[in-house]
Amino acid sequence: MNLRNVWTVAWKDLKIFTKRKSVIYSTVLFPLFVGVGLPLVLHYAGKQGGGIPAAQLPGLLNSFAFFFVVGAATLPTGIASYSLVGEKVQKSMEPLLATPVSDGEILLGKIVSALLPPLGAIYCGSVVFMALMDDFFYRTLGYYYFPNWSIALILLVVVPLASLLCVELDVILSSKMNDVRAVQQAGTVIVIPFAGIYVASEIGVFALNTANLLIISGVMFLAELVLFYLTRATFDREEILTNWK
Amino acid sequence: MIETEGLTRRFGNITAVDELSLRVGRGEVFGFLGPNGAGKTTTVRMLCCLISSSGGRARIGDYEIDAPKDRQEIRRTVGLLTENVGLYEELSAYDNLDFYGRLYRLTEAQRKERIEYFLRMLELWEKKDLSVVTFSKGMKQKLAIARALIHDPQVLFLDEPTANLDPEASKTVRDFILELKKENRTIFLNTHMLDEAERVCDRVGILKTKLIAVGTPDEFRRTLSERKIEIQLESVNDAVLAAVKRVGPKSVESSGNKLLVGVGDPERENPGIIEAISEAGGRIQFVTEVGSTLEDLYLKLVKG
Repeated sequence: MNLRNVWTVAWKDLKIFTKRKSVIYSTVLFPLFVGVGLPLVLHYAGKQGGGIPAAQLPGLLNSFAFFFVVGAATLPTGIASYSLVGEKVQKSMEPLLATPVSDGEILLGKIVSALLPPLGAIYCGSVVFMALMDDFFYRTLGYYYFPNWSIALILLVVVPLASLLCVELDVILSSKMNDVRAVQQAGTVIVIPFAGIYVASEIGVFALNTANLLIISGVMFLAELVLFYLTRATFDREEILTNWK
Repeated sequence: MIETEGLTRRFGNITAVDELSLRVGRGEVFGFLGPNGAGKTTTVRMLCCLISSSGGRARIGDYEIDAPKDRQEIRRTVGLLTENVGLYEELSAYDNLDFYGRLYRLTEAQRKERIEYFLRMLELWEKKDLSVVTFSKGMKQKLAIARALIHDPQVLFLDEPTANLDPEASKTVRDFILELKKENRTIFLNTHMLDEAERVCDRVGILKTKLIAVGTPDEFRRTLSERKIEIQLESVNDAVLAAVKRVGPKSVESSGNKLLVGVGDPERENPGIIEAISEAGGRIQFVTEVGSTLEDLYLKLVKG
């Protein structure tokens, strides 16, 4: 595995990404909404109702932080779908595969390019999110809630795993579809389990504490292994040229 | 430089390329002719190590296409112009070439030098910073050729390089191929344009899943197809026609005051035919050999 080749492929895709305004907006808007919008909503909604009780706040803050996972599971689709289906539609995959770059290097380059902008946007949004939440609720809690182990686990483990799952699913979907929007729509299916987790935490089925986040990470890791195997089998030179439709 | 022996590729029950054996020498321009679906692109894909073979063997220089350790080396050695240009339309002409230059591990200085050389040669230098999406088909094709050459490959595979181009763009591309020929590169040209093959190629192979025939365009004309002579007379009448037929040529057609006579060996048969016409009272004005085209032969072989 030559990392220079990986970066060359990723750099090219990132350069193309900068030319697509709609993809840039969709990548930036969601983290901006979660990072700025949710703290403001919680702050002003709480004020209207006479303030959120301190006992309920940690659960709410953890659940809201989980929105970053939902974003991580959807945002990479914007880039990955263009990157993969775009190559198919423009028929640029064959000349690329004719170079001495390996399939693994191309795949990894595409994964890197699909992950970097959304992860960058999510991490920027999360910094703003934590700062605003701490500022708004320091008085209620008597301490700064963020950073803590839960958000660290969410941002450093669950978010990258969710993004990776999203990109791998996109690779598999892109092998069967020729339309960017179709891949994007089908790709949103991955958000369902994460939305389910969010709803379950909101209605009190379980708390998004460190222990439960570790269990979620473990399950995601197993799913990751299965999808990685399928992705690797799908993204094969011969498979791409003879079976990708 | 390119050598195949019984090279075969099957897709399920369908055989796309069947027992292909051929040799292409260093510096030779080899034309691969055949109708759509004949297996031309599949052959190129196998030779460029894009897909594996189902049987037989092939070598590019010292490398075996099915040896895992050689496959990457072959991809480094060959240049491929694919049937579809496959450029990144959002990127500029320069960035497209620069990307490929990086993948072939060219240094920055080499990339700069070669990109400028090819873009100037193909008259695209002034448009180097424009997105490819603004380019015409001909410009894209020229850029794709530059991309195939960016790493200075000694073996170049061109898959239908002038397909869908207007006559002017086709001529530019053909002239460029002739320039490349002077640089002693081995060129494997897939085409179904017979005129192009005749003008550019040293040898031609006709493929229809199997390799039907191989030879120089001239050899094809001389040995595989019947030669024809056109005899112009003051007038053609039944007596003249009957006299010619009695000599026993392969074919005789009359059109106005002309006779088109198919002969196996004109040097031996022509005097007898002319004598027979004179004896039948025919007055000959001109006798000309009509060159049979590669197209005649191609159609004969492919349909036959």
